[in-house]
Order: sequence, then structure tokens, then C-alpha cells
Amino acid sequence: MIVLEVKNISKRFGNTEVLKDVGFTLEKGEVIAIIGSSGSGKTTLLRCLNFLETPNSGQIIVNGKILFDASSHKLLSENDIRKLRLHFGLVFQSFNLFPQYTALGNVKLAGELLAKERGDYNNNHKAILKVIDENASDLLRQVGLSDKMQLYPHQLSGGQQQRVAIARALALSPDVLCFDEPTSALDPELTGEVLKVIRSLADRNTTMVIVTHEMQFARDVADKVVFMDDGFVVESGTPEEVFGQPKQERTIRFLERYSNL
Amino acid sequence: MFQSVLASLNEGFLRTLEIFGLTLLGAFPLGLVIVFGSTSQLRPLRYVVKFIVWVVRGTPLMLQLLIIYYGPGLILGNNWWGSSSSGRFTAAIIAFVINYACYFSEIYRGGIEGVPKGQSEAGQVLGMTKRQIFSRVILLQVIKRIVPPMGNEIITLVKDTSLARVIAVYEIIWSGQTFIKSTGIIWPLFFTGVYYLLFSGILTILLGRLEKKLNFFRV
Repeated sequence: MIVLEVKNISKRFGNTEVLKDVGFTLEKGEVIAIIGSSGSGKTTLLRCLNFLETPNSGQIIVNGKILFDASSHKLLSENDIRKLRLHFGLVFQSFNLFPQYTALGNVKLAGELLAKERGDYNNNHKAILKVIDENASDLLRQVGLSDKMQLYPHQLSGGQQQRVAIARALALSPDVLCFDEPTSALDPELTGEVLKVIRSLADRNTTMVIVTHEMQFARDVADKVVFMDDGFVVESGTPEEVFGQPKQERTIRFLERYSNL
Repeated sequence: MFQSVLASLNEGFLRTLEIFGLTLLGAFPLGLVIVFGSTSQLRPLRYVVKFIVWVVRGTPLMLQLLIIYYGPGLILGNNWWGSSSSGRFTAAIIAFVINYACYFSEIYRGGIEGVPKGQSEAGQVLGMTKRQIFSRVILLQVIKRIVPPMGNEIITLVKDTSLARVIAVYEIIWSGQTFIKSTGIIWPLFFTGVYYLLFSGILTILLGRLEKKLNFFRV
């Protein structure tokens, strides 16, 4: 079953074309890794999926429903876009945890605010908040932080912060979880713990789009690999195809830099 | 003698406190209005507001007091403020509020611009509304950032209140000074320093507590 379909996405910043006719599909439970050098448009693509940027053309379809169509997007209200965002989760390179909330508070906040929009919130808020709290604690346990729930972001290491951020993104059960270079801001010795968490999500069939420079990780975890350069999808396929027998000259040159593979 | 000096200084100090309190009361919100202007997407509005901030921050408060008090009379030919002491007091408060609001607006701007963009983006992707992002995520971080510079301005304001005497507002320096003319003693004027020190001391302690309270997180 196809969860995510990205069709002909183009994005310009002024006169610079950052994304050119980008498209891919993602089945439920699949992991797609997007690789490519800096400035190739990977991050912009993720930001488009999360409605932080508006593509100039193209479509984004989730579970068969057209969430975004560049030709009619202007008709959507701020509130419509806000709700569309909930189909996606995003884990940022720089974590972006809310510093004034504990790890648990970070994971719970958005859920609590969204719960207030529910019709039965006033009559039932204690039970609703309890479910949110338990769910958040579970998620923090899953990412290995059961003993750090009450700590504030500044009391956590980078790797721990990023794991909180992953739990926070999971708390709203998005259809697709996106990662924007989740380990690029981490010290090398801390990347392992974050990759391990992402790997365990993959094992539990979480549908994910991962922008990463960790080639070995992409090769191990991804079902599909997309190589982007200069705003284009240059090559895509299984990890074996893209890493093992790259066909395009640009892919080969890019992968040469990671020759230890 | 000491008793009557104290009574007179207390009266002056009450006025000082009034200037201080009303200035803060007016300048906190007006500063917010100004920062919306100086960061507005509307270019003409932004330029006008920035120009006003430049003028207010670039000229002495004493001059602003004089212009606001005497200006209407000189330019329009009628004295808005009347000749009563309450008219002078109102003029003084208006000058203080405008002056401090401009300084506060710059502090607010620094505080708001200092919050990384990723904070509101994180809120956005979590389906939060703009209002929720501001009130639940951004606001407290801004407050934490602005407390130290705000504290400096507030302490400065304690002492700046004495400028009101150029338009004959009877604040504490004025009270102290009258003793030179009436009885020839100068120590009451010097003694006003004790009031300033005590008051700014108390404020320093309170501001320190507030800073400490916000120390549970880091930005």
C-alpha cells in the first residue's frame, strides 16, 4: 500500500531552482534514504513535505489523499495547513527541543494542545491527558530515556536530546516520519545511539524518509535510496542498486567520497 | 529637623516612585507596540518607527522632557499642560514613557530575534497554532533573554526619574534641594542618595530572584 506519493515537486527561491521535478513513492513501513551533497535540495524537500516551504509545483499525496497541490494550495487556510502537517513528523538536525519543558513535557505538549480541540475534551480531559502522559512515557522508554523524563534539554547530551525529539515526533503518530540529517549535529560517539533508535523504528515498520550522510546506515536500513544532486533526483533504487551498481556518473562520483563502503 | 527633612524627602520620593511605576506601566506595552512597528513587513511603517526610535534614543531625555512640556505652547501657541503641577507631571510621564518604550522595544526585538527559528518550526510541524507557539514556546524564552537587559534599564530609570525636575516635577532631588534655599543646609540633598541606593538595591535583589527563577532552563 502506497503511503506517500511525491509528484513533480519543484521549488524556487528567487531565481534559484532548489528542487526540480522531484518525485518518489513510499510504501507503508518502508524507509527511504535521501542522500546527496549539501545544497542538493534534500532538506528543502523535507521542509516541503512538512509544509515549512511551499513548492511552486507538484503534488503531495498521502494514503491516496491529495494533501498538497501547487495549483490550489493558495486556497488553504493557515489552519488547514496546520492540520495537514500532522500527517508528517519531522526530526530536525539541531533537535529544536523546547528548552523550558522537560523531556516528558516536550513529548506531551503538542498532544495536549491538540486534545483541547476535541469535542469531548471538557468532559473527559483527565482521561485524555492520562493517555497522552502514558503514551509519552512509553515513547521515552522506547528511545531508552525512561530515567531522563524529568530532565530539561540542557541537562541531556546531544544524542539524548535527539532521542527526545524522535519521541516527540512519534507522539502524534504521523503517517510518515521525516529525519533531516538527524546525526549531523552530534559528536561521532553519540551518533550510534540515535541511529540505533531509528533502526528500531524501521524494524517496527515505521514509514520514514531519512535525509542522511551516514551511508552505511542508509545502506543497512533503507528499502529505497534516492540520490539527489543540484535539485534533481539523479538516481533511485534499492540500496544494492544505488550503492552497489550506481549507473549515473554523478552518483558514482558522490559515492567515491565514501569509498569505505 | 531630621524628622521634617525625612518627611519632605519621603514626599518627594513618593513622586519619584510614581514616575518610576507609571513609566514602567506605560513603557512595557508601548514598547511592544513599537517593536511590532519596527519589525513590520510594511516598509513605510517600519521606516517611520525606526526613525522615531532613532530620534528618541539619540537625544537626551532631559531635552525630550523640555520639548514635550514647552513644545506645544511654543508651536501651537497654547499650553496644553496648564500651569498646575499635575500638568507638568503628566508631561513628564509622557516623555518618560515614550523614551523608555523605545529602549524597551529594542530589548524586545533582541529577545524575539534571539529565539532560533527552529523553535517555531518545531511547533509548526507539531501542529501547533501560531498563538500556541508564541504563548507556549517563544514567550518564556524571550522573557528569559530580556530580563538582564531589562533589569539594566529599570535600574537606570530609578535614577533617570530625577530628570523630571527640569520641568519642576517635585521629585526627591527637588525636595532635597529646597532645603538649600530655605534653610541653607545641603545634607538633605546628599541624603537622597540613600533613597536611590536602597530602592535600586531592592530592585536588584528582585531582578536577581527573577533571573534565578528562570534558571531552570537554558536558551
